[in-house]
Amino acid sequence: MEQLTTIGLNHYLTISAFLLGFGLFAVMTRKNAIVILMGVELILNAANINFLAFSKYNGGMEGVMFALFVIVIAAAEAAIALAIVINIYKIFKSVDVSSIDTLKE
Amino acid sequence: MFELPSGAEIQGIIASLKASVGLFIPEIYLSLLFMLLIVIDLVAKGKKNNLLSVATLIGLAGSLFFIYQQHSLPAGEFFFGMYVLDEFALFFKYFFVLSGMLAVIVTMADEQFDREVKSMGEYYALIVAMVIGMIMMASSADLLMIFLSMELVSFTAYILTGYFKRNARSSEAALKYLVYGAVSSGLMVYGFSLIYGLTAQTNLLKISAELATHGYDPLVMIFSTLLILAGFGYKIGAVPFHFWSPDVYEGAPTPITAYLSVASKAAGVALLMRFFYIAVPHGGHPYEDIMGIDWLSLLILVSVASMIYGNVVALWQKNVKRLLAYSSIAHAGYLLLGIIVMDKLGTQATLFYLLSYFLMNFGAFYVVILIANKTGSENLDDYRGLGKRMPLAGAALTVFLISLVGLPPTLGFIGKLLIFSALLAKGSIYIWLALIGIMTSVISLYYYMLIPLNMYLRESMKHDEKEMSTGMLAQIIMALLMIMTIYFGLFFTPLSDFAQYSSAMFGITLH
Repeated sequence: MEQLTTIGLNHYLTISAFLLGFGLFAVMTRKNAIVILMGVELILNAANINFLAFSKYNGGMEGVMFALFVIVIAAAEAAIALAIVINIYKIFKSVDVSSIDTLKE
Repeated sequence: MFELPSGAEIQGIIASLKASVGLFIPEIYLSLLFMLLIVIDLVAKGKKNNLLSVATLIGLAGSLFFIYQQHSLPAGEFFFGMYVLDEFALFFKYFFVLSGMLAVIVTMADEQFDREVKSMGEYYALIVAMVIGMIMMASSADLLMIFLSMELVSFTAYILTGYFKRNARSSEAALKYLVYGAVSSGLMVYGFSLIYGLTAQTNLLKISAELATHGYDPLVMIFSTLLILAGFGYKIGAVPFHFWSPDVYEGAPTPITAYLSVASKAAGVALLMRFFYIAVPHGGHPYEDIMGIDWLSLLILVSVASMIYGNVVALWQKNVKRLLAYSSIAHAGYLLLGIIVMDKLGTQATLFYLLSYFLMNFGAFYVVILIANKTGSENLDDYRGLGKRMPLAGAALTVFLISLVGLPPTLGFIGKLLIFSALLAKGSIYIWLALIGIMTSVISLYYYMLIPLNMYLRESMKHDEKEMSTGMLAQIIMALLMIMTIYFGLFFTPLSDFAQYSSAMFGITLH
């Protein structure tokens, strides 16, 4: 009963594991480049939740710092990714990754 | 929960930062060079001359001096355990600066840049940024630093891969690189978070101490190791994290392909060695791993898969850049063999192999660029009869390919010899690994030799016997690389001594 009424480390870890699963699912099944990048953001945020939860229960500041840097890096990555996707759209008139296949065996 | 630091503590932190900056001079110098190149580009806007590339070359050469000065400094961590200076890091500093310089030289020879882009703009600055990132990768002592430096390398690599903005193939390569890179680095960070959860530490040495004293849950450990391996394996392009590499190598500008295949792979190898040798416990721990699977058996699996897959799939390739991409997957497998040995000899062999791969792969790509400048093609069939039309290029490419196969009297032979002898020195447990390595090298002989076969023994379909000149400077550089590949294949002691000297991490050598 106590597991259900008080929020502990396991709850955070479960949510983060679900987020990782959703992120991987999005990356593997979606064809739209933007949606794939959203899946990547889910994976990164799953890691962030882990870092913050562990930081809270381990009692150190490293996890918080790590999460901050992951957020910054994710923003930078989104900027570069969107620039590349816009360029792809200009050339291929589509952001569907399955239709972008000029490089083949 | 968190108290404000006292005045004395703040003074202590400032003093420690000041002391650390003195050990960080090459990186600061390169960062200044990066900014200087952007300013030079702004001042000389729109002009297409050699100003930027020559400035980059001189600037990178200057950094060698600062790196050389670091030999006298004591090995150890600084910046609060974020960063480390040791012989291992120094080796990679030289390696990355030199490969940055070669990437610039190769770029200067490539005429595709004249056709595809109006100005070189931030290209050279990004190459320098990638050098900084890779140096930081090889010197990081903390999970946070590993993540940040790896992303710095990845981001610059994405942009450089897509540098031909109007070229469909280059843009597509950038997109694929980005998607695979983002996913694998995301998985790696998740793995880091699990390691942090196990140990409450982010410093590699402290993680290792924590795992040794308090033990760990083997299931979580193997899961996080697998996730982290996804991040590192992506950088070195090993199976099953290789999906990006053939497409990216084919689509990217050829100098960037050469640069990625050598330098970025070496940075991944450096990280892999530092992380798995130092942080992850091995051997003799009280906790049994799940079904006897630990990180070492994962690496063995990845290595065998890379050697077999890379060499076998390369057999069917018709595009030379793509062929070299698959060969680079195979070479990632050979490099992993040296890492698996996990002793002083193995480290030395891996570092030596990286040096040999550096010379022969850059050389091969350089010739491929020179040929593509003249024929406008990278297809194997268009190499027919080139041996007569471009004698020096043909000879040089043949030498580089022989070295890539690992036949004497070239540098590649010594590299493979060191790796296999390090494996065999471990006793009978790794004999089968060495056998797979040798057998796959034999397979590689076939597809590498297809190129000289086309160049020398098959007639061109166009019956164009006119000799093509590649320019004086390009011929000198090509000849120099070729002579070095053979010279160091015969007199390899300085290189192997240097590799042996560099095998100390954190001031510790493995035995």
